[in-house]
Amino acid sequence: MKLLYFAWLKTKTGRSEEDVTPPEGVATVGALLDWLEGRGPEFADALSDRGAIRVAVNQSYAKPADPVGPNDEVALFPPVTGG
Amino acid sequence: MAVRVQAEDFDVGQELAALTRGNHAIGGLAVFVGLVRDLAGGSEISAMTLEHYPAMTEKMLAEIEAEAQARWPLEASLVIHRYGRLEPGDQIVMVAAASAHRQAAFEACEFLMDWLKTKAPFWKLEETEEGAQWVDARDSDDTAAARWVKKDPDAAE
Repeated sequence: MKLLYFAWLKTKTGRSEEDVTPPEGVATVGALLDWLEGRGPEFADALSDRGAIRVAVNQSYAKPADPVGPNDEVALFPPVTGG
Repeated sequence: MAVRVQAEDFDVGQELAALTRGNHAIGGLAVFVGLVRDLAGGSEISAMTLEHYPAMTEKMLAEIEAEAQARWPLEASLVIHRYGRLEPGDQIVMVAAASAHRQAAFEACEFLMDWLKTKAPFWKLEETEEGAQWVDARDSDDTAAARWVKKDPDAAE
């Protein structure tokens, strides 16, 4: 699974992208965030306010219950501020 | 019917001329141009950098434009959004909608901007005297976007 981080999620986690292999039980967006949060203090800090995190799976907005799989591109970012 | 994401500046006059050229069914053309301000939340801004998620940006903008096309009888539409480092006074975004009559053009133009601001994956990093800061999303932008959801509940997110 490919993960991408944007804006302050990139700053806080210290990475812009990475390939990860979450445990088998991690099959939804919500479960993925739970697993990521446990990876270290920088992730716990970055993901502490779930209301401030938006997730896109394969370039489309996703909700916590939506599925994620090994071949997906999952992006984590704050609410958008373009325009 | 076009969407462009680019670092370069754009010429509004040229873009509008190209958009409407040869189409005499167009009776109304509405355009919005967003510029970089030099003030935000009381802090002076020397520049800002727009980050985006390239693979998703064009896809979202195309979806937003398709939604506008489905809701209003548009003859032409255009969305241009810049990324990279911009300074006060620079153009950031341009949205144009053309239709036979003004109401569809005005409404579609507003809709395009409201949805773009809450859905297109861009993030502003402002350079101020206190250092660089990521801009927080505004509730007022969500409110502005939400009023279009009522018109067509099936089209919401």
